[in-house]
Amino acid sequence: MTADLANVTNLALAGLLTGLVYGLMALGLSVIFGIVRVVNFAHGEMMTIAMYAAVVLNAALGLDPFLAVLIVAAAFFAFGYALQAGLINPFITRPEHSQFMLLVAVALIMVNALLVIFGPSARGVQLDYLLESIEFGALLIDRGKAYAALVACATSALLFAFFRFTATGKAIRACADNFLGAKVVGLNVKRYYALTFGLGSACVAVAGCMMILLVDVTPVIGPAYTLLAFVIVIVGGLGSMGGALLGGILIGVSEAMAGLLIQPSAKSMFSFALLILVLLLRPQGLLGRKP
Amino acid sequence: MNRKAVLLLCILGIFLLILPKITNAYVLSVATLILFFAYTGQAWNVMMGFAGQLSLGHSLYVGVGAYAAAGLFFHYGVGPWAGLWLAIVLCVLLGMLIGFLAFRFSISGVYFALLTIAFAEFTRIGFDHIDWLGGPGGLFIKVAQRDKMDLLNFRGPPAMYYYAILALAAGAFILCFFLLRSRAGYYWQAIRENEEAAQALGINVFRWKMLAVAISSGLTAIAGVFYAFYYNNLFPEQIFHISRSIEIILGPIIGGVGTLFGPILGAAVLTLLADGITELLAAMGLEFPGIKQVFYGVVLLLVVMFLPHGIWPALAKRLGVAR
Repeated sequence: MTADLANVTNLALAGLLTGLVYGLMALGLSVIFGIVRVVNFAHGEMMTIAMYAAVVLNAALGLDPFLAVLIVAAAFFAFGYALQAGLINPFITRPEHSQFMLLVAVALIMVNALLVIFGPSARGVQLDYLLESIEFGALLIDRGKAYAALVACATSALLFAFFRFTATGKAIRACADNFLGAKVVGLNVKRYYALTFGLGSACVAVAGCMMILLVDVTPVIGPAYTLLAFVIVIVGGLGSMGGALLGGILIGVSEAMAGLLIQPSAKSMFSFALLILVLLLRPQGLLGRKP
Repeated sequence: MNRKAVLLLCILGIFLLILPKITNAYVLSVATLILFFAYTGQAWNVMMGFAGQLSLGHSLYVGVGAYAAAGLFFHYGVGPWAGLWLAIVLCVLLGMLIGFLAFRFSISGVYFALLTIAFAEFTRIGFDHIDWLGGPGGLFIKVAQRDKMDLLNFRGPPAMYYYAILALAAGAFILCFFLLRSRAGYYWQAIRENEEAAQALGINVFRWKMLAVAISSGLTAIAGVFYAFYYNNLFPEQIFHISRSIEIILGPIIGGVGTLFGPILGAAVLTLLADGITELLAAMGLEFPGIKQVFYGVVLLLVVMFLPHGIWPALAKRLGVAR
């Protein structure tokens, strides 16, 4: 019995740590939607690119993903900024299906460009400490997972602090609260949108560099991560930063538990059932404000 | 619709009718695919283009319709003409369930779109675990004798499938033509443009949105039945996949959302484009996996950027015919 309990706790803990990385990924999506009001349908694909970037930096330069993350995040910030400024800004006044098409096209290009460059087989990073675990009595924690979760928490905290305490963060929140008002007081709304998309992209870059420590990557895995990110942010509350993290943890733990209780292949069915329930009972999400 | 448009339509109709006589099997299969997407696009357009409800989960109805008819045929030998009704009833009920839940809780826009994705994905994974319908290994129905015509079981030569989907596409076109000019059509357009204003005018928004969902899902169910008997194999991973839903809606969006010709033109442009890119890349010796989709994505990107309302409205203006 105690061994069983330890087993379940270990699984839940592993789910929690993975969930924090999921949460960071979803945080990127949530920030972008909350401010720019555009649903980034290429989110999972962007994360896949970040995972490949970590793989390549590791293979070519021997860079540890925990160092590579700085480079990848900076590159993604620039990429996200350019994507919003060049491509998405002209679409913010267009209807939703039009924005959706734009990002679907971007996602299609991303997935298949990865396929062309890297081929269909799975890639990963090999690091010695990924096999080690930290022991607390009967509790076993994967070293890699623990570090990844720590980085995810730190990044989220940084983002929270940015939006809460800096002038730029305040300005961005003003753009989200009142588009017209922000314009009237002279804020360059489109520039702030680009900045936001850059920040969201940097989030997903960090999440990708951490995710590669947990799972291998294939080019076609992108859409599944996009869906996962949607599930998480809707459950937590689209546009709510705390909600994204909470949703990530919920989904991470429930996925780990679902593997124990039902067939592992049916685990995402559980996530989608949760999504449907939340949409019906509390469409604004667990921590979201009423739209 | 002015005289010029009617004339163009007649020419197109005659061309499509004689097509099997003047081309080879390959062209016919491409034409069948185009008409399939023209039909599903038309069905989707009723919901999005007319009533403004963005569904990103139409693969759900294709899949459920296909599995309903194929399951009956596979297990009990019940032909598609009977299975069709089960497929339609199931999909309309499913559509209305989703609609009921969403519209009751006033879920709209992005949230509604994500709800439709969630239902489709949920069903996809669910079907992976229904062993009675083959599970992830797929459901296979007996391949048609290509030379023998068996209308009762909808088995026959490619030309039969071509004419069937042509009839469906034409039927959907005519139905949509009349729907747009009916009371429902005007109510839908009012809801699409401004739901609150429509409600304030006394339109029962909930009821008319439900009608749009019911018609759209029922029409899509028929496409599913056609799919099952044309391809003879069904995999949850393929038929319910979100990329299938995206394929369905690309046509009308590229062609022109809310227009009658948009879905047809969009389906033709996209299918021919995909084929053309394949040929072109093969001729250039560039045959890596994925490279075709990269080009496809770039073209999509350019179309949405530079033709925000789709190809048909721009073309209609050129041709001097009404939208």
